[in-house]
Amino acid sequence: MLRLNDLTKVYATGDRALSGVTFTVEPGQVVGLIGPSGAGKSTLIRCVNRLIEPTSGQVFLGDIDVTKLSRRGLRQVRRRIGMIFQEYALVERLTVMENVLSGRLGYVGFWRSFFRRFPPEAVEKAYRLLDRVGLSDQVDKRADALSGGQRQRVGIARALEQDPDLLLVDEPTASLDPKTSRQIMRLIVEICDESGLPAIINIHDVALAQQFVRRIIGLQAGVVVFDGNPADLDAEVLTRIYGEEDWSATIRKADDEESGDAGDDVLPKTSDPVSEVIDRERLAGLT
Amino acid sequence: MTDAASTTVWRKRTTSRELAMWAGWLVLVAFFVFCWQVMTQTTIWAFVTDAPQQAADIGSRMVPPRWEYIPHLIKPMWDTLNIATLGTLLAIVMAVPVAFLAARNTSPSVRFVRPLALLIIVSSRSINSLIWALLLVAIIGPGVLAGIVAIALRSIGFVAKLLYEAIEEIDASQVEAVTATGASRSQVVDYAVVPQILPAFAGITVFRWDINIRESTVLGLVGAGGLGLRLQESMNTLAWPQVTVIFLLILVTVLLSEWVSARVRHAII
Repeated sequence: MLRLNDLTKVYATGDRALSGVTFTVEPGQVVGLIGPSGAGKSTLIRCVNRLIEPTSGQVFLGDIDVTKLSRRGLRQVRRRIGMIFQEYALVERLTVMENVLSGRLGYVGFWRSFFRRFPPEAVEKAYRLLDRVGLSDQVDKRADALSGGQRQRVGIARALEQDPDLLLVDEPTASLDPKTSRQIMRLIVEICDESGLPAIINIHDVALAQQFVRRIIGLQAGVVVFDGNPADLDAEVLTRIYGEEDWSATIRKADDEESGDAGDDVLPKTSDPVSEVIDRERLAGLT
Repeated sequence: MTDAASTTVWRKRTTSRELAMWAGWLVLVAFFVFCWQVMTQTTIWAFVTDAPQQAADIGSRMVPPRWEYIPHLIKPMWDTLNIATLGTLLAIVMAVPVAFLAARNTSPSVRFVRPLALLIIVSSRSINSLIWALLLVAIIGPGVLAGIVAIALRSIGFVAKLLYEAIEEIDASQVEAVTATGASRSQVVDYAVVPQILPAFAGITVFRWDINIRESTVLGLVGAGGLGLRLQESMNTLAWPQVTVIFLLILVTVLLSEWVSARVRHAII
């Protein structure tokens, strides 16, 4: 479905964000992309739809090489790629409905979109999606009147309104509390499963990734250092991705009350309470 | 404990820096005194000491206001309002595209188009509307039209500058999100940029309109129509009671415009 081949990005400042990233996402596969801050996670998914221009390498969506496309061709490919953002990136002063319908802009001419005259199918789909994400009673509210979790739901509905073939998700839970984070992750993964939608989810919370995703790619300084099953994430792998740290609590069991960043009930195992507390503190400091 | 407290003295600046700062202030004061002397060299102090009597004299001639003059002011007042309003509208029509060309994030070419747009803004801002009016009265003749164009030309820079600053300050992630849906450039502007700058735009517009009402009251002094024309006539004929009426009328108008613009800004934001 999506194939990255030797993707490299060097910023004008000389920072090497990605070096030779190569991997394939199969149809219907949800991939969690983990790595420390500055590892190039955001750059990677933005290179897929060329919000950031890759320096070299190819991005294949099906048979199309996205990196070779003209402006027009790029717009047509972007219509097929839904994107969900860290800080929701909703247009704050537009209503929920307008935000969702903006997912349809690539298919609608300027004047129709200017007068907000979207085709009935698009509006119908928007209502259906808002119902699916549980916001059918907030349709005409302004986006800035919603809570964080609700906004991210609108963001999800906007991405799905595009009828995408691929979902790019950039830190969907970074600004949310632990409970809402889980709900949002569950919703994203459920929706992907329902429609066999492949997705790349950037996430810095290892436990959350382990809980919801079946394949994890670890990025460290722009290089893929791990690609495999969440169950294979052991202390050695995490050290390779993030650096030296005591990973025992992260891998086995994390808590969701105090650190606010860890997942719940992931592979629960016994661990003595003292070291758990220490690890919890470390984890809070790290993430 | 007390020992430690007495030895730990914290100062923001070192002693030499402190002295340098005071020396700087001293130089500034000396400079001011020197300038004051130069400035007052040509002052005829007899006139200055006379000032209170002169002011009182004019003041006494200004009251009572000649209220019968008001009917003659209705038409010029209407002209003044028109100059301000139409001038503002004309300015907006021209300023909005200039602002989009000048803003770093929407300009088609930061290297070539942006400097041009900035040049338009600077040249419009650097010339006072009274001077624009002086020029335009010479070019298109006296009357309301010259006033409208003068107000518009002065306002372009003001509106465009504040607007392009607002455009540059928008949240880029919203633009990114709409771009990612495959929207065209114009759709991105419509959906991601315009909603973000709309409150600023409304505020800038009424603010400028408010300023323009004040400015258009004096444009008549150089023949560009409106209340200023009557003001000049009255002053030339030493009809001080009429001047009072005009002043009061301007005061009331400005108060009203201020009230209106405050209400509009409140309603939109």
